[in-house]
Amino acid sequence: MKTILRALLCGAMTMGAAHAQDGVKLEVMHWWTSGGEAAAVRKLADGINGRTAHSWVDSAIAGGVDIARPVIISRIIGGSPPTAFQFNPGRQALELIEAGLLLDLTDVAKAQRWAEIVNPPSLLEACTVDGRVYCAPVNIHSWNWMWLSGPAYEAAGLAMPADWTGFLNSVPALRKAGITPLAMGGQAWQQAGLFNSGIAIAIAGPEAWLSVMRDRNADVVRGEDYGRAFQAYAEARTLSDGTGVQDWNQATRAVMTGRAAAQFMGDWAQAEFALAGKTAGVDYGCLPGLGLRPYLQTGGDAFFFPKQGNPAVEAAQKEMAALMLSPEVQVSFNSAKRSLPVRGDVDLTTVNECTRQGLDLLAKGRTLPSTVQLISADTNTQLNDLLTEFWNTPSMTAGDVQERYARIIADAR
Amino acid sequence: MPRPVRLLRNLQAKLAMAPMIAVALVLFLGGPIWTLLHSFTDSRLLPRLRWVGLDQYERLWASRKWLVSIENLALYGICSLVGTLVLGFVLAALLDRKIRFENTFRTILLYPVALSFIVTGLIWQWLLNPELGIPGVMRGLGWGAFDPLNDPSLVMYGLGVAGLWQGTGLIMCIMLAGLRGIDDNIWNAARVDGVGVVKTYLSIIVPMMRPVFATALVLITSGIVKLYDLVVAMTSGGPGISSEVPAKYVMDAMFGGQNLGQGFAAATMMLVPVVVIVVPWTYLAFGRRKRG
Repeated sequence: MKTILRALLCGAMTMGAAHAQDGVKLEVMHWWTSGGEAAAVRKLADGINGRTAHSWVDSAIAGGVDIARPVIISRIIGGSPPTAFQFNPGRQALELIEAGLLLDLTDVAKAQRWAEIVNPPSLLEACTVDGRVYCAPVNIHSWNWMWLSGPAYEAAGLAMPADWTGFLNSVPALRKAGITPLAMGGQAWQQAGLFNSGIAIAIAGPEAWLSVMRDRNADVVRGEDYGRAFQAYAEARTLSDGTGVQDWNQATRAVMTGRAAAQFMGDWAQAEFALAGKTAGVDYGCLPGLGLRPYLQTGGDAFFFPKQGNPAVEAAQKEMAALMLSPEVQVSFNSAKRSLPVRGDVDLTTVNECTRQGLDLLAKGRTLPSTVQLISADTNTQLNDLLTEFWNTPSMTAGDVQERYARIIADAR
Repeated sequence: MPRPVRLLRNLQAKLAMAPMIAVALVLFLGGPIWTLLHSFTDSRLLPRLRWVGLDQYERLWASRKWLVSIENLALYGICSLVGTLVLGFVLAALLDRKIRFENTFRTILLYPVALSFIVTGLIWQWLLNPELGIPGVMRGLGWGAFDPLNDPSLVMYGLGVAGLWQGTGLIMCIMLAGLRGIDDNIWNAARVDGVGVVKTYLSIIVPMMRPVFATALVLITSGIVKLYDLVVAMTSGGPGISSEVPAKYVMDAMFGGQNLGQGFAAATMMLVPVVVIVVPWTYLAFGRRKRG
């Protein structure tokens, strides 16, 4: 009853507002539908509804990014675009920008001094095409974390390792205790992520990684550093036998219960630990960049605003973009989502040991772009297919995968 | 007296049919032609006409995932075609022997058809789970462990079983309808001549049911070619790429990889066997009576 009343009131108010204060209904499309994500979206909506004359019309698409992306794109191409939509910044939106379908936010970025406040700068760069800004980054998620299980190491009678090498040394003891050393879900992106975001950066090094992903240098892939990385990846695939799960959060649960000792997964896994009431440093440990080279890969989400051809709506879109980067919204949104804020000058309300490590790396500037900011979705899919084939085909050698990886990088556009 | 123009005969009927013909042409011819055209372009997120010749096809046939998809579809197709036809016919013949509780059995066997492939996939994912499902029971009985959905060499059979479970009921129903259409006199004649039941089925009834088999075959084949949702629900192509299928390749390329051109090329290749084999064959199988 209360919700119905509120909805009615809301409707009445927005209708009234449309005439009185030039408020605009902002239809926002996104794919944040899980419990924690929905709570975070509500913070954004509260920001819009409470601080501006406009109102947030939620248009969530369930089923994740692969379902949502075609829906959003078909709405834009079909001529009835939403007012704003969530997207991964970088190569994926490039074509929409080139086709002139998205609103240029450069004046907002200038007025709000985004160039100075957004940290790391690569987030804004991912939104920038030919010097013009086209999206508003809202959070930082980093892929390259290794999560360690407190109970598993306790059962094996060992301390949690400090890096990947220490982890490999602990494998025999873990096996003896009947623990799967590495939890790995069955989906391609998880298996590929371990290499593309983890081992390649930690073992081949950030410079080599950048020259492969950003400069598409296939010779580096064929080189020695990457050779060692592929060897390590081949070694890792023997460690996950017996995980037997598909989804990443099921693998995280295996780490939580001590059935598996470690998992390589993005910082969103920490929301699972938090949800289960686990304490960082005791129940679980974290190693950014596998502990070898602590670098933070800073991907994240951003909002884009399709052109509408209506000055009132355009003004509202720009107001919304500015609001999303305001300190208040950044704190409330990122605290709920357990991601890091895109501006270095705000403090989160809940910071544990692992988040602290991430913030430290951010402050020190030890950051790298995320993989999807550098390579196209097409290349990413090809790499995922190759790496998951390797992970599940014991007869395929590190040399095979290295050569085929190099060929994909050489063909990448 | 001038001969009536053939085009203008039954003008009203033709006018009435015009919208329908237009829709059919646009959908059934326009769609494939548009797809074929764009498969020669480098369309990525948005369709565009920038020609690259046969590049998309070269990449397609160099792709390990596509080759695995084709092999998998062939394996699934043969298993599913033979399995569904044989099982469907045997079940229909058994029901046709005037058994008790025929309605009950028919309902049970037909029930899986009412489920979508997604639901079927989930059910069989549980049934084939190494700890909860059939493999767990078999291990409990001491028959050794196996885990079909996580074993690259078994995973297509796991999918095949689920597909059979879902698809057999409908084929059984079609076969049953065909069997019911056989005149009782034929049975009586066979009995008088002292032909055994099995032999009667194989040498008299089955040849008489030719159109029924043709219908069943078309239904099964189209189901095989478009196999997608079952794979997504059960394995999402894994482990690795060992249960990939062409339809999933198309979807992955178009929406996951934002590479429409590659997806269109794969979709065109999926259309080829349909156009080359299924269409002429269907024409022959169904069009025979008209000429006779």
